[in-house]
Amino acid sequence: MNETLEQVIASLRERFGEAVEDVVEFRGDVVVTVARDSIVTVVEYLRDHPFCPFPLCEDVFGIDQFTRKKRFEVNYHFFSVLKKVRIHLKVRVDEDDASVPSITGVFPGAGWYEREAYDMIGVHFPGHKDLRRMYMTEDFEYHPLRKDFPLMGVPGSIPLPKRG
Amino acid sequence: MSSQAHDGDFFNAPVMTASLPPKEKRTKLLQALLDMDPDISFDDPLENDMILNMGPSHPATHGVLRILLRLDGETIVSAMPELGYLHRGYEKIAENETYHEFITHTDRLDYLQPVHNNVGYILAVEKLLGIEAPPRAQYIRTLLAELARISSHLVGFGVMAMDVGAMTLLLWCFREREKIHDIYDLVIGARFTTSYTRIGGVAQDITDEGLAAIRAFIDQFPERLNEGERLLNRNRIFFDRCRGTGIMTAEQALAWGFTGPNLRGSGVAHDLRRDQPYLVYNDLDFDVITENECDSLSRYYVRLREMKESVKIVLQCMDKIPAGPVHAHEPKKVLPRKERIYTRMEELIHDFMIVNFGVNPPSGEVYHAIESSKGQLGFYIVSRGEGHPWRLKIRSPSFCNLQALPVLLKGHLLSDILAVLGSIDPVMGEADK
Repeated sequence: MNETLEQVIASLRERFGEAVEDVVEFRGDVVVTVARDSIVTVVEYLRDHPFCPFPLCEDVFGIDQFTRKKRFEVNYHFFSVLKKVRIHLKVRVDEDDASVPSITGVFPGAGWYEREAYDMIGVHFPGHKDLRRMYMTEDFEYHPLRKDFPLMGVPGSIPLPKRG
Repeated sequence: MSSQAHDGDFFNAPVMTASLPPKEKRTKLLQALLDMDPDISFDDPLENDMILNMGPSHPATHGVLRILLRLDGETIVSAMPELGYLHRGYEKIAENETYHEFITHTDRLDYLQPVHNNVGYILAVEKLLGIEAPPRAQYIRTLLAELARISSHLVGFGVMAMDVGAMTLLLWCFREREKIHDIYDLVIGARFTTSYTRIGGVAQDITDEGLAAIRAFIDQFPERLNEGERLLNRNRIFFDRCRGTGIMTAEQALAWGFTGPNLRGSGVAHDLRRDQPYLVYNDLDFDVITENECDSLSRYYVRLREMKESVKIVLQCMDKIPAGPVHAHEPKKVLPRKERIYTRMEELIHDFMIVNFGVNPPSGEVYHAIESSKGQLGFYIVSRGEGHPWRLKIRSPSFCNLQALPVLLKGHLLSDILAVLGSIDPVMGEADK
């Protein structure tokens, strides 16, 4: 692991303690699993980090793990323009309570990413001011990137336009 | 507003919102537009609000972008872009195809520069597999990716000029772009849907004829570019329309997730080719272009100067390209050559396994991002050890850059949309995935 990143994770552990649930490194990518309730404060802390600030929120998206106990995951990428390192955060949520606090208050640019995650996976982001669907039509009922949504779509789910 | 001079309610109507459908019948898009905080006011005698729909089929929206505008006279009070008219669900398709099969779909993401998408995707897959292509393949990828950058910037450059009225430049740019696609035809065998990369290498080696064609193009290109530049750089109309429109400060640009030429046009020297070198960019000498004016014009300058840097990179690649194989020696991961499949048992078995079940990478999650001509193009792959990805997330730069459009347009005139949109240079194939 990159030395700077090690120090960042040490500082995260020191500051947030139990909220940093897990740190996984695979092929040089570091994914830090964070408790749902503290995601906004962690993101805010990372943005204004004392020696390695992450001012660029690259992406937010959802993953449907389907067979795991906590079904949905929301991933975040942050890049430090100063130190040239990237960190990934992850929040795991249950299917019955699929909501993660919105980070749009910290990064306004996360707005569309969260809309896309809501549209595709169906995770809600309380605190988002404009949580509409991103790609699908407004009256679409399903979330297409869920694993139980068939590849060919649901017949009749998008009505054809009426004639005349 | 008083209007004794006029009879009837037409001029008396305070805002046109009176003629809008009632709240429960409005679409969510329209309601979102109306809810946006209109904190600018104009003391205009002809004050009236107007909702105007632009697109999705509009010649200046670079594809199928729809923008709902709220106008005060000719001034934009708020704007709300609407995406999804080109949504083809590539992330869903990726979950149902092997890693090799998905290469062809990456061509259709950013269709102005398919090689970048091929390279970005394949580097993520190779990172997941833990293999690396041999040096010659890396150089070929770099070479063609930089040609793709020129080709894509030529469109951004020409279309932006056309949108503000300079038609000639577009034709000149497309003439040069045509030459690049002729080179692709020669080297790759396809002009647009290249699908050139393979896991652990490239589809086929580049020939001396192909290198000579690239050399011939690069030798004459800087002069052609200068000609185009001379058309615009003393053009008062172009300058007046682009200077000072679409202002995005460095802090704003970072907060809204700008990357690529748009971010560098705001003065932030962030370039993944330099910051997290991939392919062979570590061995090459080039500058990261930044402009500090933060407006449409500086984004235009960044693209223009980046094309010159790309010429430098291409020339260095041509000089440094080593001899050797273009496929990694990883029999269980890399597709074997056709002639060996027909003559050897082992290769036949590997080919059967790779084509039917895919390469089985270890379980894990990787992210790899490259600096495409629009910005940061990243692929996040979640693998469960199967032949196809469990989840593939495409981080497309155009999508993220478009998001700041309401901020860029606010307070500008209606006709400035074209200059601002051209300077962001979005491609809807990528934004909609």
